[in-house]
Amino acid sequence: SLSLSLSLSLSLSLSLPLPPPSLSPPRHDLFGYVGIEAVLDQMRRKTMKAGFEFNIMVVGQSGLGKSTLVNTLFKSKVSRKSCSPNYEEKISKTVKLQSVSHVIEEKGVKMKLTVIDTPGFGDQINNENCWEPIVSYVNEQYERYLKEELYVNRKPRIPDTRVHCCVYFLPATGHWLRPIDVEFMKRLGKIVSIVPIIAKADTLTMEERQEFKQRIRQDLNANGIRVYPQTEYDEDPEDRILNDKIRENIPFAVVGTDKEHQVNGNKVLGRKTKWGIIEVENVAHCEFTNLRDLLIRSHLQDLKDVTHNIHYETFRVRRLNESNLTVHGLALIIVYTHTTLEFRILESPPESDLQYTVANTATASCFYSIL
Amino acid sequence: MLLKLICHLSPAFPGLSTICVSKERYRSGRDKNARPLSLSGHVGFDSLPHQLVNKSTCQGFCFNILCIGETGIGKSTLMDTLFNTNFENFESSHFEPKVKLRAQTYDLQESNVRLKLTIVNTVGFGDQMNKQESYQHVVDYIDTQFESYLQEELKIKRSLHNYHDSRIHACLYFIAPSGHSLKSLDLVTMKKLDSKVNIIPVIAKADTISKSELHKFKIKIMSELVSNGVQIYQFPTDDETVSKINTAMNGILPFAVVGSSEEVKIGNKMVKARQYPWGVVQVENENHCDFVKLREMLICVNMEDLREQTHTRHYELYRRCKLEEMGFTDTNPESKPVSLQETYEAKRHEFLGDLQRREEEMRQMFVQRVKEKETELKEAERELQGKFEQLKRLHSEEKSKLDEKRRSLEDEINTFSKKKAAAELLQGQSFNTNANLKKDKDRKK
Repeated sequence: SLSLSLSLSLSLSLSLPLPPPSLSPPRHDLFGYVGIEAVLDQMRRKTMKAGFEFNIMVVGQSGLGKSTLVNTLFKSKVSRKSCSPNYEEKISKTVKLQSVSHVIEEKGVKMKLTVIDTPGFGDQINNENCWEPIVSYVNEQYERYLKEELYVNRKPRIPDTRVHCCVYFLPATGHWLRPIDVEFMKRLGKIVSIVPIIAKADTLTMEERQEFKQRIRQDLNANGIRVYPQTEYDEDPEDRILNDKIRENIPFAVVGTDKEHQVNGNKVLGRKTKWGIIEVENVAHCEFTNLRDLLIRSHLQDLKDVTHNIHYETFRVRRLNESNLTVHGLALIIVYTHTTLEFRILESPPESDLQYTVANTATASCFYSIL
Repeated sequence: MLLKLICHLSPAFPGLSTICVSKERYRSGRDKNARPLSLSGHVGFDSLPHQLVNKSTCQGFCFNILCIGETGIGKSTLMDTLFNTNFENFESSHFEPKVKLRAQTYDLQESNVRLKLTIVNTVGFGDQMNKQESYQHVVDYIDTQFESYLQEELKIKRSLHNYHDSRIHACLYFIAPSGHSLKSLDLVTMKKLDSKVNIIPVIAKADTISKSELHKFKIKIMSELVSNGVQIYQFPTDDETVSKINTAMNGILPFAVVGSSEEVKIGNKMVKARQYPWGVVQVENENHCDFVKLREMLICVNMEDLREQTHTRHYELYRRCKLEEMGFTDTNPESKPVSLQETYEAKRHEFLGDLQRREEEMRQMFVQRVKEKETELKEAERELQGKFEQLKRLHSEEKSKLDEKRRSLEDEINTFSKKKAAAELLQGQSFNTNANLKKDKDRKK
């Protein structure tokens, strides 16, 4: 077997940021090659075999190009474009969510992609509470996952239908955020990762685009709306630098299409107009590639992680608390300790858990003292 | 104390009725119904495994090995050799009264992979005269690790992705190189552990066995394990890239290993070896022992699988048993599916009822005690009252006696003074008469 020199391994290790200075055990130096790094390969193999799931929701008024964008992102006919609906369909009274799943594969990596469409959003005359079906849907997926997670006999792999990313389409008005945008993003920003984009951005010039973006960012800040990538969830300084760059650029101004044209002898995806061809994948023309890179090539796993570790956990805490399962952990503690009425409070349960305990230890102890 | 509860999970989500999804496509929470689709260009999600791996690299990996074996069989040395480093360990005595487990965590780094390695050693295993309790401590330790993970998982505010996983991923069982067969302690211990942890048996100090003996020994061991129904860890053969090597290795179990932290010069290289007067046993020479194979299997090929098996098989089994023990089920007696939350609420209800009952009991006991005390006090009061009355009576009796005496005395005094008065009177009279007589006499003269 090989034996890398110690200095080589040390120099490679220095390139990575050091772990947070928590209670880390003493660092031991290896005298030679062991083969620990092979675990990366093992992990890669296993995850490829298991496959991935990704659920993306697109929200926006009809006609903003949602289906086209999704098709362009995933280079296939994932969504069927809603061709001109009949008059009756058009004035459906509520937002109806439609979810379509496909399995796509690239270089051995299988992904189950689910696109959740929200036709009818913002299309009515009275759009009050049009976000409610969407909020319900998102919460229902969390609920479903929670239920599966709580089974005694649970599946080795819990099917993940939670919305990992919600792409919100802003019409390219060039002004400010509209009330419906603010309301929607305020509410949904708390439960899901929102990626706002400027749709059909080919109607804005570069200067208009920059101004619009700046105004939107101001608006988002002023309303306390958190969009992805959220500053609070940056894990380390490297992440922060990367994400800051992204945050300076959102919302991305995108153009979508599935038609190809010839430009300078190359086939490119683009929209042909009388004044030129707008190349979708050209960074000088629009920011589609930025969006694609963010969503798919660099932050896909992060989107899933944020959904799982943060949004889902927030939901779980809220759900377990509100259905009066405050004694959840506690009853188990009681049974574990095998003594009747001995309330042993473990490490650090949140205050809400303690409410019940305190009331009852008080009564119990006062009786004990009398006797 | 079994808690039985029934409760309702109300799916109170407003607007649920307005959600309409294309049914056959939506039910494809299972992969079978999702349509495959072909891509017309490079999308880029093939970088997903790399993204995932990068994230894990930043967080670091955890790996926990449990070494079970008699004192002095070479556990610590093997760990040193395996990880090519020098962990501080000290020899333990043979006089431990009970089997103890000592866990130490080390932070290792190789290229950009950070590994938090925890090595748990059994101290005093097999040293006691009575070895009946030996395996119990090990089982308890393993269960404790599962328990703390389960408790973390069941907490309301939990942080699983930051949690330092202390569950044992691999158990190296060191078999003494007797050349004959497994000891009964070995069989019993392995049988108790096989459903809780991935067991990899190794023959320690294999340089004391000759090649032919070793072959027979291995066959004997494996047949004993099979006939006793001990499930040792099988290297996975479902992934084509590694199935061949894994299947081959499965046939070479248990690995005959030699450990050494000393180096000997062979040719022009320094190799880890043990030097004897009759020759040098090279640790990393595959003809001499199976050390390289062990390292290959344990670390380079199957570390991730060991971790996965621990989590999906052993931990799930533990969790299932523990929850069932506490009375949680997925289906209630009518075989209708019941969610953990429902069972939970039901338990809480019963628990509350129980609590109320106990409060009542305590209250009643309290009232009773108070009554008892009251009666006691009343008794005492009555007694005192009685005594008081008695004393009073005595006192009044005495008083009346004394009164009588006084009266009689007074009577006497009265009589006496009367007598006295009478006597004085009489005396006065007689004196008067005498005086009168004298007067008369004087006159006559």
